[in-house]
Amino acid sequence: MGLALVLALIVAPEDADQGISQRIFYIHVPIALTAYFCFGLGAVKALLLLWRGEERYDLESYVAIHQGTIFGALTLITGSIWARASWGVWWTWSSNQLVLFLVLFLFYCAYFMLRFSLEDGPRRARSSAVYALFGVALIPVSFLAIRLAEDFIHPTVFTRDGPQMSGTMFATFVVCWAAVTLLAYVLYRVELAGKRLDADLRELREVLQ
Amino acid sequence: MSWSQEELVAAAYAVVFFFVLAYVAIIAAKLARLQRETSELVELARRKSGRES
Repeated sequence: MGLALVLALIVAPEDADQGISQRIFYIHVPIALTAYFCFGLGAVKALLLLWRGEERYDLESYVAIHQGTIFGALTLITGSIWARASWGVWWTWSSNQLVLFLVLFLFYCAYFMLRFSLEDGPRRARSSAVYALFGVALIPVSFLAIRLAEDFIHPTVFTRDGPQMSGTMFATFVVCWAAVTLLAYVLYRVELAGKRLDADLRELREVLQ
Repeated sequence: MSWSQEELVAAAYAVVFFFVLAYVAIIAAKLARLQRETSELVELARRKSGRES
């Protein structure tokens, strides 16, 4: 993370078009990609729950979606700050990519409302899993929206001709992406371990009392 | 209020930093609670085994 910050804020050259505000790219895009990945992971775990019926996948799916929501909120906040720096506005409804990401984020916020409105048990696990699987359909739509709708406001950096940036910029982006992915993985493992420990302790308390 | 480009870049990175910090603080609080509960259960188990023997 430290190396990523040094590369993003000091080493990477300043963008000729956007100036210093382009440095937000190195944190905003990796966070957005990690959010997509977490939502995707949540859906995979949900599918495994429905397929194999193992209870552990419910918690794994929930934690992945929780992580995705946190990274999704960060994507919206950092994106909003970047929009203010580049376009002079905090938000624009005319960009399909932005609106679709907001829809995706709100969809997964509703996942928690659904989950916590049901009683703990197999029914809640199955309902949450089905909802998580529906949400995954929005990920490619959100990701490809910019290309499908020919959105000229939100920049397209990765095209069929490769990344539209210099070698140093691309290396910085890759390091930042790896750092954010690693951070997300560590947070995922820690949260999952905490939740499992919590469940085990509850069970142990019931046995002892 | 007008923000300079430098301030906005700093704000973007600061937001991420504070989010991660808040997350770590929440996890730390949860771990402290789990540790307390584990100690209580150990105490409960000891009392139970003492009563049985």
